[in-house]
Amino acid sequence: MATIAVEHLTKRYPTGTVALDDVNLEIADGEFVVVVGPSGCGKSTLLRIMAGLDASTEGRIVVDGAASGKHALPSATVFQEQSLFPWMRVGENVAFAFDSLDVPRDDVRRRVHDVLGLVGLSDYERAWPHELSGGMKQRAAVARAFVTDPPVLYMDEPFGALDEQTRVGLANELMRLWERSPKTIVFVTHGIEEAVTLADRVIVLSARPGTVKEIVPIEFPRPRDAVTLRGDPAFGAHVVHLWELLR
Amino acid sequence: MNGRRWVQIAAPISLIVLWQIAVSTRFLNPGLFPPPSSIAANFIAYAASGELAVNAYWTLSRLLVGLLIGGIPGTLLGLGMGMSGWVRAYFGPVIALLYPIPKIAILPLFYFIFGTGEAAKWAAVAVGVFFLMAINTEAGVRQIETIYLDVARAYRIRPASFFFRVLLPGALPNIYAGIKLSIGIAIVLAVAAEYQLTRVGLGFAIFNAQQLLDVDRLYAALVAVSLLGLALSGILDALEAFVMPWRAHRRA
Repeated sequence: MATIAVEHLTKRYPTGTVALDDVNLEIADGEFVVVVGPSGCGKSTLLRIMAGLDASTEGRIVVDGAASGKHALPSATVFQEQSLFPWMRVGENVAFAFDSLDVPRDDVRRRVHDVLGLVGLSDYERAWPHELSGGMKQRAAVARAFVTDPPVLYMDEPFGALDEQTRVGLANELMRLWERSPKTIVFVTHGIEEAVTLADRVIVLSARPGTVKEIVPIEFPRPRDAVTLRGDPAFGAHVVHLWELLR
Repeated sequence: MNGRRWVQIAAPISLIVLWQIAVSTRFLNPGLFPPPSSIAANFIAYAASGELAVNAYWTLSRLLVGLLIGGIPGTLLGLGMGMSGWVRAYFGPVIALLYPIPKIAILPLFYFIFGTGEAAKWAAVAVGVFFLMAINTEAGVRQIETIYLDVARAYRIRPASFFFRVLLPGALPNIYAGIKLSIGIAIVLAVAAEYQLTRVGLGFAIFNAQQLLDVDRLYAALVAVSLLGLALSGILDALEAFVMPWRAHRRA
Protein backbone atom coordinates (compact mmCIF):
# COMPACT_ATOMS: atom_id res chain seq x y z
CA MET A 1 0.00 0.00 0.00
CA ALA A 2 1.01 3.55 -0.37
CA THR A 3 0.77 7.10 0.84
CA ILE A 4 0.42 9.91 -1.66
CA ALA A 5 1.58 13.50 -1.22
CA VAL A 6 0.46 16.16 -3.67
CA GLU A 7 2.80 19.10 -3.31
CA HIS A 8 2.16 22.60 -4.72
CA LEU A 9 0.53 21.17 -7.82
CA THR A 10 -0.24 23.77 -10.46
CA LYS A 11 -1.54 23.21 -13.97
CA ARG A 12 -1.46 26.08 -16.44
CA TYR A 13 -2.41 25.58 -20.08
CA PRO A 14 -0.45 27.31 -22.85
CA THR A 15 -3.54 29.50 -23.39
CA GLY A 16 -2.99 30.95 -19.91
CA THR A 17 -5.92 29.17 -18.28
CA VAL A 18 -5.05 28.01 -14.77
CA ALA A 19 -6.77 24.68 -14.11
CA LEU A 20 -5.18 23.91 -10.74
CA ASP A 21 -3.51 26.38 -8.43
CA ASP A 22 -1.16 25.17 -5.68
CA VAL A 23 -3.02 22.01 -4.67
CA ASN A 24 -1.63 20.25 -1.60
CA LEU A 25 -2.88 16.91 -0.28
CA GLU A 26 -1.72 14.17 2.06
CA ILE A 27 -3.40 10.83 1.44
CA ALA A 28 -2.86 8.06 3.97
CA ASP A 29 -2.03 4.45 3.28
CA GLY A 30 -5.21 2.54 2.43
CA GLU A 31 -7.36 5.64 2.54
CA PHE A 32 -10.40 6.13 0.33
CA VAL A 33 -10.38 9.76 -0.76
CA VAL A 34 -13.08 11.28 -2.95
CA VAL A 35 -12.54 14.54 -4.82
CA VAL A 36 -15.57 16.73 -5.63
CA GLY A 37 -15.89 20.20 -7.06
CA PRO A 38 -17.88 22.34 -9.47
CA SER A 39 -17.68 21.33 -13.14
CA GLY A 40 -14.50 22.55 -14.74
CA CYS A 41 -12.69 22.88 -11.40
CA GLY A 42 -9.89 20.64 -12.61
CA LYS A 43 -10.71 17.55 -10.53
CA SER A 44 -10.25 15.24 -13.51
CA THR A 45 -7.06 17.07 -14.42
CA LEU A 46 -5.79 16.52 -10.89
CA LEU A 47 -6.54 12.81 -11.13
CA ARG A 48 -4.94 12.51 -14.57
CA ILE A 49 -1.77 14.16 -13.30
CA MET A 50 -1.72 11.86 -10.27
CA ALA A 51 -2.20 8.85 -12.55
CA GLY A 52 0.69 9.97 -14.75
CA LEU A 53 -1.48 10.66 -17.79
CA ASP A 54 -0.89 14.42 -17.85
CA ALA A 55 2.02 16.59 -16.78
CA SER A 56 1.79 19.31 -14.18
CA THR A 57 3.23 22.77 -14.75
CA GLU A 58 4.60 23.02 -11.21
CA GLY A 59 4.71 20.87 -8.12
CA ARG A 60 4.97 17.15 -7.75
CA ILE A 61 3.28 13.94 -6.67
CA VAL A 62 5.18 11.75 -4.23
CA VAL A 63 3.93 8.20 -3.92
CA ASP A 64 5.60 6.29 -1.15
CA GLY A 65 5.60 2.51 -1.03
CA ALA A 66 4.30 1.91 -4.54
CA ALA A 67 7.53 1.09 -6.33
CA SER A 68 7.04 -0.40 -9.76
CA GLY A 69 7.88 -4.08 -9.79
CA LYS A 70 7.76 -7.18 -11.91
CA HIS A 71 4.66 -8.55 -10.23
CA ALA A 72 2.46 -5.55 -9.56
CA LEU A 73 1.60 -2.25 -11.17
CA PRO A 74 2.26 0.83 -9.01
CA SER A 75 -1.28 1.99 -9.77
CA ALA A 76 -4.31 1.34 -11.93
CA THR A 77 -6.87 3.75 -13.37
CA VAL A 78 -10.60 3.41 -14.05
CA PHE A 79 -12.06 5.89 -16.52
CA GLN A 80 -15.52 7.35 -16.92
CA GLU A 81 -15.86 6.45 -20.57
CA GLN A 82 -16.19 3.01 -22.05
CA SER A 83 -12.55 2.01 -21.81
CA LEU A 84 -12.58 -1.70 -22.62
CA PHE A 85 -10.88 -2.43 -25.92
CA PRO A 86 -13.74 -3.41 -28.26
CA TRP A 87 -11.44 -5.85 -30.10
CA MET A 88 -10.64 -7.92 -27.01
CA ARG A 89 -12.98 -10.25 -25.19
CA VAL A 90 -13.83 -9.25 -21.61
CA GLY A 91 -11.33 -11.75 -20.15
CA GLU A 92 -8.58 -10.54 -22.49
CA ASN A 93 -9.29 -6.95 -21.52
CA VAL A 94 -8.86 -7.78 -17.84
CA ALA A 95 -5.78 -9.91 -18.49
CA PHE A 96 -4.23 -7.04 -20.48
CA ALA A 97 -3.52 -5.31 -17.13
CA PHE A 98 -0.74 -7.89 -16.67
CA ASP A 99 0.92 -6.94 -19.96
CA SER A 100 3.94 -5.19 -18.43
CA LEU A 101 4.26 -7.66 -15.54
CA ASP A 102 6.11 -10.89 -15.21
CA VAL A 103 3.29 -13.15 -14.04
CA PRO A 104 2.92 -16.75 -15.27
CA ARG A 105 0.12 -17.30 -17.77
CA ASP A 106 -1.73 -19.74 -15.52
CA ASP A 107 -1.71 -17.26 -12.65
CA VAL A 108 -3.06 -14.56 -14.92
CA ARG A 109 -5.86 -16.85 -16.09
CA ARG A 110 -6.82 -17.81 -12.54
CA ARG A 111 -6.73 -14.24 -11.24
CA VAL A 112 -8.77 -12.94 -14.18
CA HIS A 113 -11.31 -15.66 -13.56
CA ASP A 114 -11.42 -14.90 -9.82
CA VAL A 115 -11.82 -11.15 -10.18
CA LEU A 116 -14.53 -11.54 -12.83
CA GLY A 117 -16.32 -13.78 -10.35
CA LEU A 118 -16.06 -11.06 -7.68
CA VAL A 119 -17.75 -8.51 -9.94
CA GLY A 120 -20.39 -10.99 -11.11
CA LEU A 121 -19.09 -11.41 -14.65
CA SER A 122 -18.01 -15.07 -14.52
CA ASP A 123 -20.23 -15.93 -17.45
CA TYR A 124 -18.92 -13.08 -19.58
CA GLU A 125 -15.21 -13.88 -19.77
CA ARG A 126 -15.57 -14.84 -23.45
CA ALA A 127 -18.06 -12.07 -24.30
CA TRP A 128 -17.23 -9.02 -26.42
CA PRO A 129 -17.54 -5.65 -24.65
CA HIS A 130 -20.36 -4.58 -26.96
CA GLU A 131 -22.44 -7.45 -25.61
CA LEU A 132 -22.31 -5.94 -22.08
CA SER A 133 -24.55 -3.27 -20.55
CA GLY A 134 -23.00 -0.01 -19.36
CA GLY A 135 -22.87 -1.19 -15.75
CA MET A 136 -21.28 -4.51 -16.73
CA LYS A 137 -18.64 -2.71 -18.78
CA GLN A 138 -17.70 -0.58 -15.78
CA ARG A 139 -17.59 -3.71 -13.59
CA ALA A 140 -15.16 -5.22 -16.07
CA ALA A 141 -13.10 -2.00 -16.01
CA VAL A 142 -13.02 -2.17 -12.20
CA ALA A 143 -12.01 -5.84 -12.45
CA ARG A 144 -9.13 -4.85 -14.75
CA ALA A 145 -7.99 -2.29 -12.16
CA PHE A 146 -8.15 -4.75 -9.25
CA VAL A 147 -6.79 -7.84 -10.96
CA THR A 148 -3.11 -6.94 -10.54
CA ASP A 149 -3.79 -5.75 -6.96
CA PRO A 150 -1.96 -2.42 -7.29
CA PRO A 151 -1.38 -0.39 -4.11
CA VAL A 152 -3.05 2.71 -5.60
CA LEU A 153 -6.25 3.04 -7.58
CA TYR A 154 -7.29 6.20 -9.46
CA MET A 155 -10.93 6.42 -10.48
CA ASP A 156 -12.13 9.23 -12.73
CA GLU A 157 -15.94 9.47 -12.40
CA PRO A 158 -16.09 5.73 -13.02
CA PHE A 159 -19.85 5.45 -12.49
CA GLY A 160 -20.74 8.91 -13.81
CA ALA A 161 -22.38 7.66 -16.99
CA LEU A 162 -24.59 5.08 -15.25
CA ASP A 163 -28.14 5.22 -13.95
CA GLU A 164 -28.68 5.74 -10.20
CA GLN A 165 -29.57 2.15 -9.24
CA THR A 166 -26.57 0.72 -11.08
CA ARG A 167 -24.42 3.39 -9.50
CA VAL A 168 -25.43 2.55 -5.95
CA GLY A 169 -24.94 -1.16 -6.65
CA LEU A 170 -21.48 -0.57 -8.03
CA ALA A 171 -20.53 1.64 -5.08
CA ASN A 172 -21.29 -1.30 -2.80
CA GLU A 173 -19.33 -3.72 -4.97
CA LEU A 174 -16.38 -1.36 -5.06
CA MET A 175 -16.34 -1.09 -1.27
CA ARG A 176 -16.46 -4.92 -0.94
CA LEU A 177 -13.54 -5.27 -3.35
CA TRP A 178 -11.56 -2.60 -1.53
CA GLU A 179 -12.19 -4.27 1.84
CA ARG A 180 -10.94 -7.58 0.41
CA SER A 181 -7.81 -6.09 -1.13
CA PRO A 182 -7.05 -2.81 0.63
CA LYS A 183 -5.51 -0.04 -1.43
CA THR A 184 -5.27 3.71 -1.50
CA ILE A 185 -8.09 5.02 -3.69
CA VAL A 186 -8.47 8.49 -5.18
CA PHE A 187 -11.96 8.77 -6.63
CA VAL A 188 -13.25 11.78 -8.57
CA THR A 189 -17.00 12.29 -8.85
CA HIS A 190 -19.64 14.95 -9.32
CA GLY A 191 -22.05 12.84 -7.23
CA ILE A 192 -22.26 14.26 -3.71
CA GLU A 193 -24.13 11.27 -2.27
CA GLU A 194 -21.67 8.92 -3.92
CA ALA A 195 -18.82 10.87 -2.31
CA VAL A 196 -20.37 10.65 1.18
CA THR A 197 -21.09 6.93 0.68
CA LEU A 198 -17.58 5.97 -0.33
CA ALA A 199 -15.14 8.39 1.25
CA ASP A 200 -12.97 8.41 4.33
CA ARG A 201 -12.41 12.05 3.44
CA VAL A 202 -14.03 14.23 0.80
CA ILE A 203 -11.70 16.79 -0.79
CA VAL A 204 -13.71 19.79 -1.99
CA LEU A 205 -12.10 21.78 -4.78
CA SER A 206 -13.06 25.39 -5.53
CA ALA A 207 -14.15 26.60 -8.96
CA ARG A 208 -11.43 27.28 -11.51
CA PRO A 209 -8.66 27.69 -10.76
CA GLY A 210 -9.01 24.57 -8.61
CA THR A 211 -7.65 24.81 -5.09
CA VAL A 212 -8.44 22.72 -2.02
CA LYS A 213 -11.39 24.53 -0.43
CA GLU A 214 -12.16 22.16 2.38
CA ILE A 215 -11.50 18.60 3.47
CA VAL A 216 -14.53 16.87 5.00
CA PRO A 217 -13.94 13.68 7.03
CA ILE A 218 -16.73 11.11 6.72
CA GLU A 219 -16.71 8.97 9.83
CA PHE A 220 -19.28 6.25 9.14
CA PRO A 221 -18.07 2.85 10.30
CA ARG A 222 -17.19 0.22 7.72
CA PRO A 223 -18.32 -1.97 6.16
CA ARG A 224 -20.89 0.46 4.83
CA ASP A 225 -23.97 -0.16 2.78
CA ALA A 226 -24.79 2.47 0.18
CA VAL A 227 -28.54 2.10 0.73
CA THR A 228 -28.91 1.94 4.53
CA LEU A 229 -26.32 4.70 4.89
CA ARG A 230 -28.80 7.05 3.23
CA GLY A 231 -31.13 6.63 6.22
CA ASP A 232 -28.50 7.94 8.64
CA PRO A 233 -29.24 11.59 9.65
CA ALA A 234 -25.52 12.33 9.50
CA PHE A 235 -25.56 11.28 5.83
CA GLY A 236 -28.04 14.01 4.94
CA ALA A 237 -26.10 16.54 7.03
CA HIS A 238 -22.89 15.72 5.13
CA VAL A 239 -24.68 15.97 1.79
CA VAL A 240 -26.18 19.37 2.65
CA HIS A 241 -22.84 20.62 3.95
CA LEU A 242 -21.08 19.57 0.74
CA TRP A 243 -23.79 21.17 -1.42
CA GLU A 244 -23.30 24.41 0.53
CA LEU A 245 -19.58 24.29 -0.12
CA LEU A 246 -20.16 23.78 -3.85
CA ARG A 247 -22.63 26.64 -4.17
CA MET B 1 -32.66 -14.97 -47.48
CA ASN B 2 -33.86 -11.47 -46.77
CA GLY B 3 -35.26 -8.94 -49.23
CA ARG B 4 -32.00 -7.07 -49.75
CA ARG B 5 -30.22 -10.24 -50.71
CA TRP B 6 -32.80 -10.83 -53.45
CA VAL B 7 -32.29 -7.28 -54.71
CA GLN B 8 -28.52 -7.89 -54.83
CA ILE B 9 -29.03 -10.95 -56.99
CA ALA B 10 -31.81 -9.43 -59.09
CA ALA B 11 -29.82 -6.30 -60.02
CA PRO B 12 -27.24 -7.84 -62.38
CA ILE B 13 -29.77 -10.36 -63.74
CA SER B 14 -32.26 -7.62 -64.62
CA LEU B 15 -29.58 -5.60 -66.39
CA ILE B 16 -28.45 -8.67 -68.35
CA VAL B 17 -32.04 -9.37 -69.39
CA LEU B 18 -32.49 -5.73 -70.51
CA TRP B 19 -29.27 -5.96 -72.49
CA GLN B 20 -30.39 -9.18 -74.14
CA ILE B 21 -33.72 -7.57 -75.11
CA ALA B 22 -32.00 -4.40 -76.38
CA VAL B 23 -29.75 -6.45 -78.65
CA SER B 24 -32.41 -8.84 -79.96
CA THR B 25 -34.65 -5.86 -80.85
CA ARG B 26 -31.62 -4.31 -82.64
CA PHE B 27 -31.74 -1.34 -80.27
CA LEU B 28 -28.03 -2.08 -79.65
CA ASN B 29 -25.63 -3.07 -82.41
CA PRO B 30 -24.75 -6.74 -81.80
CA GLY B 31 -21.41 -6.18 -83.54
CA LEU B 32 -20.29 -3.90 -80.69
CA PHE B 33 -22.58 -5.24 -77.96
CA PRO B 34 -22.91 -8.99 -78.41
CA PRO B 35 -25.94 -10.39 -76.59
CA PRO B 36 -25.18 -11.71 -73.10
CA SER B 37 -26.06 -15.21 -74.31
CA SER B 38 -23.22 -15.16 -76.82
CA ILE B 39 -20.82 -13.48 -74.34
CA ALA B 40 -21.55 -16.31 -71.93
CA ALA B 41 -21.01 -18.92 -74.64
CA ASN B 42 -17.73 -17.28 -75.64
CA PHE B 43 -16.63 -17.01 -72.05
CA ILE B 44 -17.28 -20.70 -71.51
CA ALA B 45 -15.37 -21.58 -74.66
CA TYR B 46 -12.52 -19.32 -73.51
CA ALA B 47 -12.50 -21.00 -70.13
CA ALA B 48 -12.62 -24.47 -71.68
CA SER B 49 -9.62 -23.70 -73.89
CA GLY B 50 -7.49 -23.29 -70.77
CA GLU B 51 -6.33 -19.84 -71.87
CA LEU B 52 -8.53 -18.13 -69.32
CA ALA B 53 -6.96 -19.98 -66.41
CA VAL B 54 -3.43 -19.17 -67.58
CA ASN B 55 -4.18 -15.50 -68.14
CA ALA B 56 -6.16 -15.14 -64.93
CA TYR B 57 -3.35 -16.84 -63.01
CA TRP B 58 -0.79 -14.34 -64.29
CA THR B 59 -2.97 -11.32 -63.63
CA LEU B 60 -3.84 -12.60 -60.17
CA SER B 61 -0.21 -13.27 -59.26
CA ARG B 62 0.88 -9.79 -60.43
CA LEU B 63 -1.96 -8.28 -58.50
CA LEU B 64 -1.24 -10.16 -55.28
CA VAL B 65 2.53 -9.58 -55.36
CA GLY B 66 1.93 -5.90 -56.05
CA LEU B 67 -0.62 -5.73 -53.23
CA LEU B 68 1.91 -7.15 -50.78
CA ILE B 69 4.95 -5.12 -51.80
CA GLY B 70 2.90 -1.91 -51.92
CA GLY B 71 0.45 -2.63 -49.14
CA ILE B 72 2.82 -3.61 -46.33
CA PRO B 73 5.08 -0.52 -46.57
CA GLY B 74 2.00 1.65 -47.16
CA THR B 75 0.36 0.30 -44.00
CA LEU B 76 3.54 0.77 -41.96
CA LEU B 77 3.96 4.34 -43.19
CA GLY B 78 0.30 5.01 -42.41
CA LEU B 79 0.79 3.68 -38.87
CA GLY B 80 3.84 5.91 -38.47
CA MET B 81 1.99 8.95 -39.78
CA GLY B 82 -0.99 8.21 -37.59
CA MET B 83 1.17 7.91 -34.47
CA SER B 84 3.71 10.67 -34.95
CA GLY B 85 3.11 14.27 -35.91
CA TRP B 86 6.71 14.44 -37.10
CA VAL B 87 6.37 11.52 -39.49
CA ARG B 88 3.09 13.05 -40.70
CA ALA B 89 4.70 16.47 -41.15
CA TYR B 90 7.43 14.92 -43.31
CA PHE B 91 5.44 12.48 -45.44
CA GLY B 92 2.05 14.19 -45.56
CA PRO B 93 2.94 16.80 -48.21
CA VAL B 94 4.97 14.26 -50.19
CA ILE B 95 1.99 11.92 -50.37
CA ALA B 96 -0.38 14.77 -51.22
CA LEU B 97 1.98 15.66 -54.07
CA LEU B 98 2.51 12.16 -55.48
CA TYR B 99 -0.87 10.54 -54.88
CA PRO B 100 -2.78 12.43 -57.62
CA ILE B 101 -0.30 11.40 -60.36
CA PRO B 102 -2.19 8.93 -62.57
CA LYS B 103 -0.32 5.67 -62.10
CA ILE B 104 -1.17 4.59 -65.64
CA ALA B 105 0.66 7.66 -66.91
CA ILE B 106 3.88 6.56 -65.25
CA LEU B 107 3.77 2.96 -66.52
CA PRO B 108 6.40 3.77 -69.19
CA LEU B 109 8.68 4.96 -66.41
CA PHE B 110 8.35 1.60 -64.67
CA TYR B 111 9.33 -0.18 -67.88
CA PHE B 112 12.42 2.02 -68.12
CA ILE B 113 13.35 1.43 -64.50
CA PHE B 114 12.43 -2.23 -64.04
CA GLY B 115 12.73 -3.55 -67.60
CA THR B 116 10.35 -5.87 -69.35
CA GLY B 117 10.01 -8.49 -66.63
CA GLU B 118 7.50 -8.98 -63.84
CA ALA B 119 9.05 -6.30 -61.60
CA ALA B 120 7.58 -3.47 -63.67
CA LYS B 121 4.06 -4.89 -63.34
CA TRP B 122 4.47 -5.48 -59.61
CA ALA B 123 5.75 -1.94 -59.19
CA ALA B 124 2.78 -0.47 -61.06
CA VAL B 125 0.32 -2.27 -58.78
CA ALA B 126 2.41 -1.63 -55.66
CA VAL B 127 2.59 2.13 -56.17
CA GLY B 128 -1.19 2.45 -56.52
CA VAL B 129 -1.81 0.31 -53.45
CA PHE B 130 0.91 2.00 -51.40
CA PHE B 131 -0.79 5.39 -51.36
CA LEU B 132 -4.25 4.01 -50.64
CA MET B 133 -2.98 1.94 -47.73
CA ALA B 134 -0.87 4.77 -46.30
CA ILE B 135 -3.78 7.24 -46.43
CA ASN B 136 -6.38 4.82 -45.07
CA THR B 137 -4.15 3.47 -42.31
CA GLU B 138 -3.21 6.96 -41.16
CA ALA B 139 -6.90 7.87 -40.94
CA GLY B 140 -7.50 4.59 -39.10
CA VAL B 141 -4.90 5.32 -36.43
CA ARG B 142 -6.07 8.88 -35.96
CA GLN B 143 -9.67 7.84 -35.39
CA ILE B 144 -8.67 5.55 -32.49
CA GLU B 145 -10.31 7.12 -29.46
CA THR B 146 -7.84 8.74 -27.06
CA ILE B 147 -9.33 6.78 -24.16
CA TYR B 148 -7.65 3.63 -25.52
CA LEU B 149 -4.28 5.40 -25.60
CA ASP B 150 -4.91 6.54 -22.01
CA VAL B 151 -5.66 2.96 -20.94
CA ALA B 152 -2.48 1.77 -22.65
CA ARG B 153 -0.46 4.35 -20.73
CA ALA B 154 -2.25 3.82 -17.43
CA TYR B 155 -1.50 0.08 -17.57
CA ARG B 156 2.07 0.61 -18.84
CA ILE B 157 1.45 -1.52 -21.91
CA ARG B 158 4.72 -2.69 -23.55
CA PRO B 159 5.53 -1.07 -26.92
CA ALA B 160 5.12 -4.32 -28.85
CA SER B 161 1.73 -4.99 -27.25
CA PHE B 162 0.73 -1.40 -27.89
CA PHE B 163 1.51 -1.85 -31.56
CA PHE B 164 -0.05 -5.27 -32.09
CA ARG B 165 -2.94 -5.18 -29.62
CA VAL B 166 -3.98 -1.52 -29.55
CA LEU B 167 -2.81 0.34 -32.63
CA LEU B 168 -3.25 -2.35 -35.26
CA PRO B 169 -6.69 -3.65 -34.20
CA GLY B 170 -7.82 -0.09 -33.52
CA ALA B 171 -6.94 0.92 -37.07
CA LEU B 172 -8.02 -2.38 -38.60
CA PRO B 173 -11.48 -1.32 -39.83
CA ASN B 174 -9.86 1.43 -41.93
CA ILE B 175 -6.98 -0.81 -42.97
CA TYR B 176 -9.51 -3.37 -44.14
CA ALA B 177 -11.45 -0.71 -46.05
CA GLY B 178 -8.11 0.31 -47.60
CA ILE B 179 -7.48 -3.28 -48.72
CA LYS B 180 -10.91 -3.40 -50.36
CA LEU B 181 -10.22 -0.17 -52.24
CA SER B 182 -6.75 -1.44 -53.10
CA ILE B 183 -8.14 -4.55 -54.76
CA GLY B 184 -10.00 -2.33 -57.23
CA ILE B 185 -7.03 -0.13 -58.07
CA ALA B 186 -4.73 -3.17 -58.18
CA ILE B 187 -6.90 -4.84 -60.84
CA VAL B 188 -6.96 -1.67 -62.94
CA LEU B 189 -3.19 -1.30 -62.74
CA ALA B 190 -2.36 -4.97 -63.25
CA VAL B 191 -4.54 -5.15 -66.37
CA ALA B 192 -3.18 -1.85 -67.70
CA ALA B 193 0.41 -2.96 -67.12
CA GLU B 194 -0.29 -6.10 -69.17
CA TYR B 195 -1.11 -4.14 -72.32
CA GLN B 196 2.58 -4.04 -73.16
CA LEU B 197 5.67 -6.19 -72.93
CA THR B 198 3.95 -9.41 -71.98
CA ARG B 199 2.24 -12.30 -73.76
CA VAL B 200 0.13 -13.47 -70.82
CA GLY B 201 -2.47 -12.00 -68.53
CA LEU B 202 -6.04 -10.75 -68.89
CA GLY B 203 -4.74 -7.30 -69.85
CA PHE B 204 -2.78 -8.85 -72.68
CA ALA B 205 -5.88 -10.82 -73.75
CA ILE B 206 -7.87 -7.56 -73.95
CA PHE B 207 -5.09 -5.79 -75.83
CA ASN B 208 -4.69 -8.74 -78.20
CA ALA B 209 -8.45 -8.94 -78.87
CA GLN B 210 -8.37 -5.24 -79.72
CA GLN B 211 -5.54 -5.79 -82.22
CA LEU B 212 -7.44 -8.68 -83.82
CA LEU B 213 -10.80 -6.84 -83.72
CA ASP B 214 -12.12 -9.89 -81.87
CA VAL B 215 -15.05 -8.39 -79.94
CA ASP B 216 -16.15 -11.77 -78.55
CA ARG B 217 -12.73 -12.44 -77.06
CA LEU B 218 -12.61 -8.86 -75.72
CA TYR B 219 -15.84 -9.41 -73.84
CA ALA B 220 -14.74 -12.79 -72.54
CA ALA B 221 -11.60 -11.21 -71.08
CA LEU B 222 -13.62 -8.32 -69.60
CA VAL B 223 -15.98 -10.79 -67.96
CA ALA B 224 -12.97 -12.60 -66.53
CA VAL B 225 -11.55 -9.35 -65.07
CA SER B 226 -14.92 -8.51 -63.60
CA LEU B 227 -15.34 -11.98 -62.05
CA LEU B 228 -11.81 -11.81 -60.65
CA GLY B 229 -12.67 -8.57 -58.88
CA LEU B 230 -15.97 -9.98 -57.65
CA ALA B 231 -14.23 -13.08 -56.30
CA LEU B 232 -11.55 -11.09 -54.47
CA SER B 233 -14.00 -8.70 -52.86
CA GLY B 234 -16.26 -11.65 -52.01
CA ILE B 235 -13.34 -13.35 -50.23
CA LEU B 236 -12.56 -10.14 -48.32
CA ASP B 237 -16.19 -9.76 -47.26
CA ALA B 238 -16.31 -13.37 -46.11
CA LEU B 239 -13.07 -13.01 -44.15
CA GLU B 240 -14.15 -9.82 -42.43
CA ALA B 241 -16.08 -11.59 -39.69
CA PHE B 242 -13.00 -13.72 -38.89
CA VAL B 243 -10.52 -10.86 -39.04
CA MET B 244 -12.67 -8.53 -36.93
CA PRO B 245 -15.03 -10.78 -34.96
CA TRP B 246 -15.89 -7.95 -32.57
CA ARG B 247 -17.56 -6.12 -35.44
CA ALA B 248 -19.60 -9.09 -36.61
CA HIS B 249 -22.77 -7.61 -35.08
CA ARG B 250 -22.58 -4.59 -37.35
CA ARG B 251 -23.19 -6.63 -40.48
CA ALA B 252 -26.95 -6.29 -40.37
